[in-house]
Amino acid sequence: MVKLGFSIGDLHFKNPVLTASGTFGYGSEFDDFIDVSRLGGIVVKGTTLEPREGNLCPRMAETPSGMLNAVGLQNKGIEYFEKFIYPRILNYETNVIVNINGSYIDDYVMLAERIDKLEKIPAIELNISCPNVKMGGMAFGTKLSSAREVTRAVRAVYSKKLIVKLSPNVTNIADFAKVVEDEGADSVSLINTLLGMSVDVAKMKPSLSTITGGLSGPAIKPIALRMVWQVAKAVKIPVIGIGGIMTTSDALEFLLAGASAVQIGTASFIDPLASIKILEGIEKYLLEKGFTDIREIIGYINRKPEQNRNCC
Amino acid sequence: MAKYIADLKVIENKRLNDDFFILELSGNDKLPDFKPGQFVQVKIEGSPDTFLRRPISIHDVDYGRNTFKLLIQVAGKGTKMLSKIRPGDFLNMIYPLGNSFSLPDINEKVLIAGGGCGVAPLLFLGNYLKSNNCIPDVLLGFRNSERIIELDQYFNIGKVYVTTEDGSQGEKGFITNHSVLTTGNYSRIYCCGPTSMMRAIAGHCKKNDIFCEVSLENLMACGIGVCLCCIVDTVKGNLCTCTDGPVFNINDLKW
Repeated sequence: MVKLGFSIGDLHFKNPVLTASGTFGYGSEFDDFIDVSRLGGIVVKGTTLEPREGNLCPRMAETPSGMLNAVGLQNKGIEYFEKFIYPRILNYETNVIVNINGSYIDDYVMLAERIDKLEKIPAIELNISCPNVKMGGMAFGTKLSSAREVTRAVRAVYSKKLIVKLSPNVTNIADFAKVVEDEGADSVSLINTLLGMSVDVAKMKPSLSTITGGLSGPAIKPIALRMVWQVAKAVKIPVIGIGGIMTTSDALEFLLAGASAVQIGTASFIDPLASIKILEGIEKYLLEKGFTDIREIIGYINRKPEQNRNCC
Repeated sequence: MAKYIADLKVIENKRLNDDFFILELSGNDKLPDFKPGQFVQVKIEGSPDTFLRRPISIHDVDYGRNTFKLLIQVAGKGTKMLSKIRPGDFLNMIYPLGNSFSLPDINEKVLIAGGGCGVAPLLFLGNYLKSNNCIPDVLLGFRNSERIIELDQYFNIGKVYVTTEDGSQGEKGFITNHSVLTTGNYSRIYCCGPTSMMRAIAGHCKKNDIFCEVSLENLMACGIGVCLCCIVDTVKGNLCTCTDGPVFNINDLKW
């Protein structure tokens, strides 16, 4: 038996495979394919105070080994979530985390206060990195003072675990991780999508209605991995790695580089079984390598050889 | 309706003309009940340029042989790669996806209208209607006689009318110009084709108070309602083409 669990403070996750916000709906969309309760956690679709219709189509463009999206946080708002979605997801035997977004700091604060009251939601993911909204979103996550301010404000009202989702569209992401750690974040997740664009040559216009959008998929994995490695060395709180993870091997790279857990995102669009396959793959890898606890491999490449058990 | 993911075996890859080909696929397991209008998400292996699955309408189903067909237009890199697939190869698919055309009431006068690649879901719809005791008329439009595909497949469904833009077969013009649209006294029209065609048919139906459903196409990533990329602006707000559609009642669309 291999121990796969990890913790954010006193919040235990049975394994390190979570699903990324905006790629997994509210979980039930995957019930035909997998037992969602087997996952370490699910981060549900980005939620805002008021309903949002999102951006105009085209919202998506395929790019080599990836995709651009400009969805723009389409969601039905917190009230709908509380009334109709929350009762539906109560029975998942896994940690359900709500990703929250706002245009103003007060939006984040009000959302955090309301979600704090939902007994079965043990954590929020503070999204200060959405590149597809005109106000807020990434604006909070690309300026140190704003990241500090919004984290501080939410920390003051939110009693459970606070995960801050970081933007890669910055010069030094580790600085942002340190700032939110200082302000009481319990964990950081990274990376959100990279700002990108694509032009439809046949139509001679931008592929996306918003011109720029967020790049995801394997194309961004090396960048995400580098950033996770930098952040893991810079902070003491658990780091959740995200960015182009398609396979077990991809996920292991993040764990070895210092992530305590991973989120599976775009991969779920292509293979709805991806998260479970990766979970099973990690367990198999640990068994084959002779490890009994996943913690033995977290940040393995960052330790001195004598700190690591000689296994290979 | 339960969704499945599986590797399906290519039984046949039949080239119709420069643009179109038909893949016939068979499952190891018994195929679920497909509904006309539904689609599959096909994974295309082997190139970083075909990263996402391709949504493709179910063209026809043969439960006796446990096979179904996809009618595909070569439009980009993905469909070009699919056109080269060989019998015996496997394609990974998620199926069946989306809603379906609604069944007419008894004694309704029904027309199936489409053109170009839009004919893809209509053969299955025609056969399905027939097996549900509805004999629809069929009106198909093509650019010219050389681009007509699969026409003979409709002859045992109902009466078939054709238009070509150059008049090389059937009535000359677009399907919306065909006389049968007005003389047919239809109470219900199902349409799939280029957007301009569907809008024109929708306009005709609204004007004449005819029930009308259209099957829309959109860029999509997941096909199961989570990525929110394939949005349609409707009177009910933004809906997903993949899960709320692809079939929409024209009264719900802001056309």
